[in-house]
Amino acid sequence: MRVALFVPCYIDQFYPQVAVASLELLEKLGCEVVVPTDQTCCGQPMANSGFASSTEGCDANFSQNFEGFDYIVGPSGSCVLHVKEHHPSKKIRNSVYEICEFLMDVLKVSSLNAHFPHRVGLHQSCHGQRGLHLSSMSERNEKHFSKIEDLLALVGGIEVVLPVRVDECCGFGGTFCVTEEAVSVKMGQDRIKEHHANAVSYIVGVDTSCLMHMEGILRRQGSKVQVKHIVEILNHA
Amino acid sequence: MLSHAEASENFIADADRTDWHDETLWFVREKRDKVSKVLPEWEALREHASQIKDHTLANLGEYLQAFEAKAQANGITVHWAADAAEHNAIVHDIIAAQGSKILVKSKSMLTEECHLNDYLASKGIEVVDTDLGERIVQFRNEAPSHIVLPAIHLKKEDVGETFHQFLGTPKGNKDPQFLTEAARQHLRGHFLASEVAITGVNFAVAETGEFVVCTNEGNADMGAHLAKVHIACMGIEKIIPKRADLASFLRLLARSATGQLITTYTSHFHKPREGQEIHIMLIDNGRTRQLADPKYKNSLKCIRCAACFNTCPVYRRSGGHSYHQPVAGPIGSILAPNIDKKANVDLPFASTLCGSCSNVCPVKINIHEQLWFWRQDLMEAGLAPVGKTIGMKLMAFTLANPVIYRIGGSLLRRFAGLLNTRLNPWYKQREMPVAPQESFQEWYKKR
Repeated sequence: MRVALFVPCYIDQFYPQVAVASLELLEKLGCEVVVPTDQTCCGQPMANSGFASSTEGCDANFSQNFEGFDYIVGPSGSCVLHVKEHHPSKKIRNSVYEICEFLMDVLKVSSLNAHFPHRVGLHQSCHGQRGLHLSSMSERNEKHFSKIEDLLALVGGIEVVLPVRVDECCGFGGTFCVTEEAVSVKMGQDRIKEHHANAVSYIVGVDTSCLMHMEGILRRQGSKVQVKHIVEILNHA
Repeated sequence: MLSHAEASENFIADADRTDWHDETLWFVREKRDKVSKVLPEWEALREHASQIKDHTLANLGEYLQAFEAKAQANGITVHWAADAAEHNAIVHDIIAAQGSKILVKSKSMLTEECHLNDYLASKGIEVVDTDLGERIVQFRNEAPSHIVLPAIHLKKEDVGETFHQFLGTPKGNKDPQFLTEAARQHLRGHFLASEVAITGVNFAVAETGEFVVCTNEGNADMGAHLAKVHIACMGIEKIIPKRADLASFLRLLARSATGQLITTYTSHFHKPREGQEIHIMLIDNGRTRQLADPKYKNSLKCIRCAACFNTCPVYRRSGGHSYHQPVAGPIGSILAPNIDKKANVDLPFASTLCGSCSNVCPVKINIHEQLWFWRQDLMEAGLAPVGKTIGMKLMAFTLANPVIYRIGGSLLRRFAGLLNTRLNPWYKQREMPVAPQESFQEWYKKR
């Protein structure tokens, strides 16, 4: 299966290991992965700041890089949701997948050669969850499901622990993290507190942006807890 | 006036109180979860209520006129007001005709929206708020911080101090039962003496001309049943077609608001008793403007349950006053810009767009999507600070051009250390990510 790897800009620049793991994982699962080299950003930072009118350039660049593909797969619920909801091309909106969604719904992965013998806390990133329905939501009266937990269950040795507030936002929120710094940090600290109480070694999520925010707080606190994008664990032999 | 971000920073400075506020409201959210999940039909009920509201809003004029005709036939006087000023003037005329100088009022967010208390005070008329939480904040000369739990920002110690000051309770007494009894005795005198009682309206039924007022304290009933004149104030969106529709709305309201199965007092006001006058105020105050915009029309479905407040991780950690509006929280943030764009430009940005508000909304308002739309409209209206506009345009230009993006990214990584300064809001309480030697694309090129 031919897949275009969508690498969000901040992953490209600051978390290349997440893109590497995505590439390797998709290849391991038999995909022919193409990485369009002129891709930049989906435009979400501007759009969520009220400047959707300024994202034409990003949209056009995204089209040039990705329009020939039936499967555009990215390791970020938030960026994928933005493309799915706001990109002007219907073809692109219908072809973009968050990587867990792609693994479960398209590739229908039922086994993985992955091993990660650690206690990890699961962070539900809101856009992946409430936007892309990667899992059931605590507010709704619906049957429990989780594509993320299903994937992690395929990893050998892992112990997944959920916080009591299973799906509360971490407070990253794009530019919110700096424009509403006090609330943003407090929200992040509160999430981390629960994971600390659960004595986890790692916090895992489907959005590196949430993880970057929590990692910043963890490091400032001098915590030993590390963050991992889910693909880094799924690709961990 | 402080922006939401500035006011929140002050609120959070007291970390213990912030935690207490967050946990108290989270407890209400959990109660709501429990009682909503015992109803297998919960999601269908939300959908049903949402559709009734859609239908009503699509035929609002007809339902309002039908309501007016029925209410008049029942002996109720119906008044229409285009805005807050007209509303306040009419209410004042009714009170002045009675010659009252003091009156009782149960909870009505509409009168908060119209700043009725201040207006009447300027005319020499004192309003005694009879909802316990509202009375507490009224003593303190504060605004309600929550539409269902007006004094939720206060602890019992604060209430004890306030009652000591205003009701003469013993200093240091913070026993909730004792303080509530003191408030009851204090309010009883006002109930007995008032010739005019103002109430809000939760639902007005077009089919019958009746209106329904829900309280947990019975204070609306105490006021309305003892006074010679009952003035009920409602926004025009409170109308529902049929009495049978209450079967859906009352269940949703109580469960969503406080996790109760039913509100303690659900009172139907049909017609005046002998010798009594009932006046209904029907107010627009920007609602028809909201109705005319397909992006925001949906916000008029709101039944003021405040479930979106209780679930909102930002509200729980910033408090209602940080929203500087009578209706705070996520719903307030999509209603307020319709009244005044400039004064409320910060509110649609006081959200991470996590979407929890839309999920708890009993009438399925797409709150987080409307927050996003307001962000666009406010920025397009030129209300962004100059720095933000320049920054956004520069960012859009950089990110639209792969070559410039690559150069910019490389410079950013090389000089990331320069961002480790207190001037960088990120760095204030968080470390910056460690910049790698190579970007993914640089690595990929060599692969």
